[in-house]
Amino acid sequence: MSTLDRIAALESEATAAIAASASVDALAQTRLRYLGRKSELPLLLRAISQLPPEERAAVGAAANRTRQTLEALVSAREGDLASGAISAAEALDVTLPGSPPLPNGHLHLITQTRREIEDVFLGLGFQIAEGPEVELVEYNFDALNTDATHPSRARSDTFYIDDETVLRVHTSPVQVRAMIAQPPPLYVIAPGRVFRPDNDATHAPQFHQIEGLAVDEGVTLADLKGTLLAFARQIFGDQREVLLRPHFFPFTEPSVEVDVSCFNCQAGYLRDGSRCPLCKGSGWLEVLGAGMVDPNVFAYVAEHGYDPERVTGFAFGMGIERIAMLRHGVPDLRLYFDNDLRFLGQFGAR
Amino acid sequence: MLVPTRWLRTYCDPPLETVALAARLTLTGTKDERTYHHGAKTPDHFVVGVVRDVQPHPNADRLRVCIVDVGETDPVTIVCGAPNVAAGQSVAVALPGAELADGRTLTVAKLRGVESNGMILSEQELALGADHSGILVLSDAPAPGTPLDQLIPLGSDVIEFEITPNRPDCLCIYGIAREVHASTNAPLATPPWAQDPGSFDGDAGAVKISVDCPDLCPRFTARVFEDVTIGPSPLWLKARLVAAGMRPISNVVDITNYVMLVTGQPLHAFDLDQIAGGELTVRRGRPGETIETLDGHTHNAGEDLLVICDADGPTSIAGIMGGARSEVSAQTTRVLLEAATWNGANIQRTALRLGLRSEASARFEKGLSPGQTLEALAVATSLLLEHAGARVLPGTIDVGGPGPEPAPITLRSAQISRLLGTEIPEVRCVEILTSLGFAVDGDADVLSVTPPHFRRGDVTREVDLIEEVARMDGLDRLPATLPPRNGAAGRLTPPQQLRRRAEDALAARGLSEIVGWSFTDPALPDRLRYEADSPLRNVVTIENPLSQSLSILRPTLLGSLLDAARANFAHGARGVRLFESGTVYRAADILADEHHGLGALLSGPGGESWRGDPAASDFYAAKALLEAVVGVAGVELSLVGENLPWFHPGRAAIVMANNTRIGLIGEVHPQVTAAWDLELTSAWTINLDILAGLAPEVIHFTAFSGLPPLREDLAIVVPASVTAAEVIETIRRAAGPSLESIELFDVYIGDQIGEGNVSLALHLEYRTADRTLTTQELDAPKAAIHQALAQIGATLRA
Repeated sequence: MSTLDRIAALESEATAAIAASASVDALAQTRLRYLGRKSELPLLLRAISQLPPEERAAVGAAANRTRQTLEALVSAREGDLASGAISAAEALDVTLPGSPPLPNGHLHLITQTRREIEDVFLGLGFQIAEGPEVELVEYNFDALNTDATHPSRARSDTFYIDDETVLRVHTSPVQVRAMIAQPPPLYVIAPGRVFRPDNDATHAPQFHQIEGLAVDEGVTLADLKGTLLAFARQIFGDQREVLLRPHFFPFTEPSVEVDVSCFNCQAGYLRDGSRCPLCKGSGWLEVLGAGMVDPNVFAYVAEHGYDPERVTGFAFGMGIERIAMLRHGVPDLRLYFDNDLRFLGQFGAR
Repeated sequence: MLVPTRWLRTYCDPPLETVALAARLTLTGTKDERTYHHGAKTPDHFVVGVVRDVQPHPNADRLRVCIVDVGETDPVTIVCGAPNVAAGQSVAVALPGAELADGRTLTVAKLRGVESNGMILSEQELALGADHSGILVLSDAPAPGTPLDQLIPLGSDVIEFEITPNRPDCLCIYGIAREVHASTNAPLATPPWAQDPGSFDGDAGAVKISVDCPDLCPRFTARVFEDVTIGPSPLWLKARLVAAGMRPISNVVDITNYVMLVTGQPLHAFDLDQIAGGELTVRRGRPGETIETLDGHTHNAGEDLLVICDADGPTSIAGIMGGARSEVSAQTTRVLLEAATWNGANIQRTALRLGLRSEASARFEKGLSPGQTLEALAVATSLLLEHAGARVLPGTIDVGGPGPEPAPITLRSAQISRLLGTEIPEVRCVEILTSLGFAVDGDADVLSVTPPHFRRGDVTREVDLIEEVARMDGLDRLPATLPPRNGAAGRLTPPQQLRRRAEDALAARGLSEIVGWSFTDPALPDRLRYEADSPLRNVVTIENPLSQSLSILRPTLLGSLLDAARANFAHGARGVRLFESGTVYRAADILADEHHGLGALLSGPGGESWRGDPAASDFYAAKALLEAVVGVAGVELSLVGENLPWFHPGRAAIVMANNTRIGLIGEVHPQVTAAWDLELTSAWTINLDILAGLAPEVIHFTAFSGLPPLREDLAIVVPASVTAAEVIETIRRAAGPSLESIELFDVYIGDQIGEGNVSLALHLEYRTADRTLTTQELDAPKAAIHQALAQIGATLRA
């Protein structure tokens, strides 16, 4: 066997021995055996002068390369063995909860839903208008073409503070305030709390509405349909359609009720053929009331630039609680105001 | 409004099934609330029978065995339990296979050993009334075997329509038929009042009617009938009433109800012989007057009540309910039939006050057309002549008359497309308006349209006509477009943005948002220990609250937060961290003084962990949240200690932002927490509107130095009466501009520093923008700091 062959054999033998050393002590022994002062490889290097001159350079280079390779392997193996000792000693129960805890809080479902709807209309170019909750009878009723004898004015239907002041029964008076504050074009929505003297599973004495108003040159009923279609698709899903049904409200003419195609079923029926419990088989969900602003409403704010021969407008109003009930399956209006953390915590922070 | 479709289809019969018909009308504005079937499912196996023989039942005393001719070759045997069954009677028979209204299907059955091949029916079993005492005996019946349905409509689909308050003309079968006609183009039969056997020449028996208040009674019409025979109504009429949800009583009363259902105009029949003095006056009630109505109740008249009086006083409440005194009875032979128009708002108020809502008042309160009165009288006259043996006296009483003709309205075709966003050809507009009963005149682009009398209240303007055209042409055909949005820019205002950021800051720190009630208990100010003269007692009070405990508007968010905390502890929560963002209210001269408040409340242990103590819900925990919120507003927070009755003495403060008062913070007073069953609780409430006004809209860049700071720690002992803020302010003022920041990092109270003292430790950082400071350069500021601290009683700790 030539000296070069012997060096190669030593390298492969030592490589295996290093890998097989299972502890720091065993590795030290292995190192001593192959790289120690009296081991074979240094001896070969020291005996190099006894070789024929033409072989010396090649043997020296091979022996040195092998020594460097083995030293590197030993030190790598040392690192492996040492880190193994740390992890064994300092293992954590990774399944314990994080600490200190940083629990998520929650926006109320009404706030989440209100913001989502606001964002839809912000994206369509509407601004957000606000108005007082304790409102003048004048703005709550008179300015909205509500007849002086209309039953909604009765004390059974409206909370009164005094003869001229009520808790607003809808967010519509904000329309009037917005028109007084700004001439057309006007694109606003008015979210807010409203009040009516009812209290049962489907009526709370306070609830939340979002009113919308667009007044400009050339606003049409078709524009109302398109706007509400955009709303319906963003809130209830891309496949939604809207259905406008003629209706009656004092402050709009023509007036419509707007249904959104049910997102829970196909035309009223579930996959298993049973009747959809959400839309009760009709395929449509009643979501809001709307219409073209009645000329009498414009007449009230005529001095602020609202001439029905020059501008037209549409208005709509929807209940935030109702939309959240439909989307999230909330069965009882009272859950919104009980503020039970078991309810609040179901709807994550957004 | 319940509409039996069989009845409806006698006036307008489009080729549509009931469900499709209901859906079509829904799309044109008459909304289908529900659709159901009334009575027998099919008319099959119901026939006219003639009883040929009646024998006692061999095994039952109360049963009879009848031989009944049902038009087949052989008569059939039917066992019958009715006491009134007798040979020779024409009767209504259900044969095996008949599906009864209650859902049963009749089969051949043995009754006590005798086979029965059908059933002889009572009024109740035919859904004609409640009478189940015996079988129905048919008079003038056709031959045996004739399908019973030819005599009595046995069943009908019924559609319940929602009628909007602007359409009282749709509160009747013929009115719905008009809508069906316009909406489907199916032909409309001539109205039932086209033939009027009554007359307008004559004094109608010289009955005198006077109307004292024409504003409340625009029209009063009446006719007089003699030789009236009170008896049962014809079966077809009973069947229609029952299908439409009314109860048959007797021919005269049934006819008034029937006419109301067909024409929409309520009628009232007086027994003319019971009208004292033989004349009627319509006037306001007088204090002290009372009236007994048909239902047996007695009401105080009063001035807001409109009454119809005879010589003995009120005998009927106008438009709502007749009086007991002049009611039609079995003995009645002379009838005064009234058809009047009343002021809708007045009827509505009265009905509400008396708690008396009737089919009549529900129609009158919407405001009927005076033109409907004579239509109703015409139909009623025909029916009374035919079915009550009556003779109508010549003449028709008419006080008030029909009123002015509806004025023509201009309809510009340009306005239609301008409002709807789609073109509707003029020929189509004319077709729609004509089908709805409008008279249309004029030429291209400008039409002159006159509403029929029954639409005069609801169609008065061009825009009302456009609505008619739009709804009949089909809103489903409208394109979906977006408005022009000239100059529109959708964005939140800075205060709206801040509100969202503040709410998000609290939610991100683990607080859950509640939505409390705006209403609260007038006892809340006492429960929160407000001083007697506290401005917070200046609350908004509701005149007509749902209950006394919900009769004021909340002057603070603290009550809602405490209520929610207590409720959650009652449900087993161990610690609660809540906030609310909402309106609070104080009384003001006009409207109310409202602001958007933000409040947070911590109660019980927070953030429990397996490797540390839970955070206490103490003052500093609440303050940390306040710092977070004020931080998102980009303004500087400071607290000024202040004793407030609902907070723990010495643990409460006024919240200042940029030196403006924005709210209050503190540990809740132990008496208050006890009242809400809570342990250690801290809270704050701030006025977000004020905070928003302080927040910078745009934050401008401040240059910072790349040079290293010099850091120095300082430990001092001060009397506990000196606040940390005073110490920091003293240092800051003494040190001069090179002191860049001070951070308090430790507080110590204990034996080593002597009683009544507190030790504070602070990090100080010095830096200048233009060069690196040397330690020597700090000598001067440090000396100044030490001197200033000495003046407030502070000493340096070794």
